[in-house]
Amino acid sequence: MNAPVPAETCGIDLVRERGQRAVFCGLTGIVWLHRKIQDAFFLVVGSRTCAHLIQSAAGVMIFAEPRFATAILDERDLAGIADAEAELDAAVERLVARRPDIRLLFLVGSCPSEVIKLDLTRAAFRLSRRLAPVRVLTYSGSGIETTFTEGEDACLAALVPDLPEADEGDGALLVAGALGDVVEDQFARLFADLGIPVRFLPGRRAEAMPAIRPGMPYLLAQPFLAGTARALDGRGLHHLPAPFPLGAEGTTGWLRAASEAFGVAPERFAAATEAGRRRAATALVPHRAALAGRRIFFFPDSQLEVPLARFLAREMGAEIVEVGTPYLHRGHLAEEIACLPVGTRVVEGQSLDDQMDRARAARPDLSVCGLGLANPLEAEGLATKWSIELLFTPVQGYEQAGDLAELFARPLRRRALLEV
Amino acid sequence: MQLTLWTYEGPPHIGAMRVATAMRGLHYVLHAPQGDTYADLLFTMIERRDARPPVTYTTFRAEDLGRDTAELFKQACAEAYARFRPQAMIVGASCTAELIQDDPGGLARALGLPVPVIPLELPAYQKKENWGASETFYRLVRALAPAPVAPAPGTSQGARDPRLCNILGPTALGFRHRDDLVEVRRLLARLGVGVNVVAPLGASPADLARLPEAAFNLVLYPETGRAAAQYLETAHGQPFVEIPPIGVGATRRFVEAVAERAGVAAGPVLDDPGSRLPWYARSVDSTYLTGKRVFVFGDATHAVALARLAAREIGFRVVGLGTYERGFAREVRAEAALHGIEALVADDYLEVEAAIQAASPDLVLGTQMERHVAKRLGLPCAVISAPAHVQDYPARHAPLMGFEGANVLFDTLVHPLMMGLEEHLLGLFREDREFHAEAAPSHLGASTVPPSMQDEARAPSPDRERVGVRVENAQDEAATDPLHRRDLSVEFSSLTPALSRTGEGAGRGPGDRPAATTAIWAPDAERELKKIPFFVRSRARTNTETFARERSIPLITLETLYDAKAHFGR
Repeated sequence: MNAPVPAETCGIDLVRERGQRAVFCGLTGIVWLHRKIQDAFFLVVGSRTCAHLIQSAAGVMIFAEPRFATAILDERDLAGIADAEAELDAAVERLVARRPDIRLLFLVGSCPSEVIKLDLTRAAFRLSRRLAPVRVLTYSGSGIETTFTEGEDACLAALVPDLPEADEGDGALLVAGALGDVVEDQFARLFADLGIPVRFLPGRRAEAMPAIRPGMPYLLAQPFLAGTARALDGRGLHHLPAPFPLGAEGTTGWLRAASEAFGVAPERFAAATEAGRRRAATALVPHRAALAGRRIFFFPDSQLEVPLARFLAREMGAEIVEVGTPYLHRGHLAEEIACLPVGTRVVEGQSLDDQMDRARAARPDLSVCGLGLANPLEAEGLATKWSIELLFTPVQGYEQAGDLAELFARPLRRRALLEV
Repeated sequence: MQLTLWTYEGPPHIGAMRVATAMRGLHYVLHAPQGDTYADLLFTMIERRDARPPVTYTTFRAEDLGRDTAELFKQACAEAYARFRPQAMIVGASCTAELIQDDPGGLARALGLPVPVIPLELPAYQKKENWGASETFYRLVRALAPAPVAPAPGTSQGARDPRLCNILGPTALGFRHRDDLVEVRRLLARLGVGVNVVAPLGASPADLARLPEAAFNLVLYPETGRAAAQYLETAHGQPFVEIPPIGVGATRRFVEAVAERAGVAAGPVLDDPGSRLPWYARSVDSTYLTGKRVFVFGDATHAVALARLAAREIGFRVVGLGTYERGFAREVRAEAALHGIEALVADDYLEVEAAIQAASPDLVLGTQMERHVAKRLGLPCAVISAPAHVQDYPARHAPLMGFEGANVLFDTLVHPLMMGLEEHLLGLFREDREFHAEAAPSHLGASTVPPSMQDEARAPSPDRERVGVRVENAQDEAATDPLHRRDLSVEFSSLTPALSRTGEGAGRGPGDRPAATTAIWAPDAERELKKIPFFVRSRARTNTETFARERSIPLITLETLYDAKAHFGR
């Protein structure tokens, strides 16, 4: 079952594992995407379980008027697909009538909608024509196809075919991957200082989606965007291999990849990044004291695990026990894998009970894991960091390097504080 | 196809998990895709359980669909047995696996495991969580305590100690089940009635097999325990008592019924030196509670019990009563009729919100959904039923049942309200800086609704909602709610459309704006209206406008305002 995979692994100890997984499905991404794209609405076509998942993962806290909902399939919908289509159209029309602010509607596929083969692509096409100017797109967030962050990947990939064509001679860079607005603004300023015109995917509004053209270089801001990258490649863009902008070193490597592609002079690069690197270095110092030599175990979750392990190992001096990841994109993560300490154990996939046994045996100082596992591990005396927070917090770039380290240091600091 | 944002109940397999997680020595193998594993966090985060639920998910993927998901199920089942060595297993499918029709029960039987394997049929596209819990518990009891082959009622009945009972219904993730159980055990101990088995909470499959040894059953939560109790009555001749002892009156009725069943004296247990609700309610400072309008919504057990307690033990007036459980609508309708109102049976929270708005209560008792609705409307609220959030699983002992439960409920219902003298002062001195028009109860710290927001009355953005959160809740909710802490959610949210779901545009404001304003207010009348405390202002406005409309008064003047006040009284 767990065959070691040699070659192309650049000195890491890569193992593939199959078995029970403990991860969210791609629907979870809606929780941040509906805030990122301010006039988009996400309609999950699924079951009561889908609605319950989003509600539980999100808490009932964004109760204001969230721009997502679930169309819950019932028995009648299962009995006749034609009826289900009519029902869906009616549901969408009601929704759009009630929310004239919506410009972009995603029909989000789920496990049940895929299994009964409800054709959401056709529905999106049909509804797009009927509801113009509202655009209707579709992607799958189903758990049989997508794991957690892969929902964002599928969403962004669905946007790519519709992106406007940039003018001939447009010399901009595309950055793909949802970032917190504050992070995006910081990066926009850095690219301006570097003299690189830049656009971000996704845009913050349906009308503000970036224009692209063949030959345009792009950087990935997140490591889980395999499908988006394929779609961008399909429109003739080319990927700039780079580490991910987590930690000072990752941010520098990420910016440098763009700078080299755009022929930015090394002096200008140094000048533009100097202040950020200095501030990041200052911010990281106290956390290095807390994290150096600490043994860290990653359960698979967001696909951010490899860059995070690289950051913790190289900038914080932590020792990496195991890097679990739901999927290892060897191409996009090549630079990251090369930077992991030789012999780092990377486990792709999951067999939950076996992995928990390994964590129990290794007794790491910190386990990075999903919400379902955190309290059980804490109860066994293992400190944990909920990994979902890494998606919900601005952590990329120089100004957030200290915040990123703090997220890992806090559980350790907290344990030291508690006397009972 | 139902369009929804939030649901009161999860799918039925979540109910099965609540039973499995409550028990010891039982394992649940659930044929489900990986996303369904989110359910773990309901137990480990919301209820703060210290272990994963005893559930193995097959987590099949798209590529498995082309191959053999049945084989995957068998393998997961065999491995789960080998690893956990349970006394019994339950097997079933979630919504997606139900569609691929692998027959988990048949597959598990084929494995020939040396323990009872109980198949669950939980139709995910028809049924919901509480039904799933009830059905699972019933199936377990039926399988593990089968009816005797040769019924010998005389002998088996005769051997039973009449003073021995079972307690049925408490589950994992139940609303205060842990603490209720302590109080119920205390009552039974005072009566001299022994407890044979409590189930599902804390019971093992072997314990379920011992259920027939008791003389009768107590059903604490009919939603989860009634079906099993009815089976035990038929198959084992065990009668059951189904009086959830929530409130002083219900506790006394419960004690009397149990005493009669067990043949013991109820008298000394009908009161308790620690029972404070009756005196607190009679204490003169409680006079201001008289006739406060309360809206109650929740599961049927808690909604009915709270309506009774609010009306008969605290002296509130129940202006709304409802449940999200259609299966228990009858009980709720009957109770509503006693209060002279019609019950609301709905699982669409928007409908509930509209009903609350229409009733303009002084206090909302509900689930976490109603807590949010109340927050939006600027109304005081207490959570009295599942679904609930992490702060509704308190560290302290906080039962709802028994005499102590009634004490807890007195505090729960009274605390969110403005205190009597404060309310008077607010009415007297409208222009005092502290007692301004938007003042909230002073003992609750931060204002429910900061004055600056009062007249904006637009659809709230999350940021606004954060500001409006009662301080006591904000901390706790943030603790398990990753999104609440998520800086992104703030930064991303600059624009939430100013449209209400009901299409009325405004009406989201904290208790000030009517749904549709047609009447014109003279400036002095409008100013006078602002002098009315905010928690009754919306009702005053609506009443006055209704009054004006009915009499075709084109302009609402000071006179109209006071004419309407006299007409409607309070």
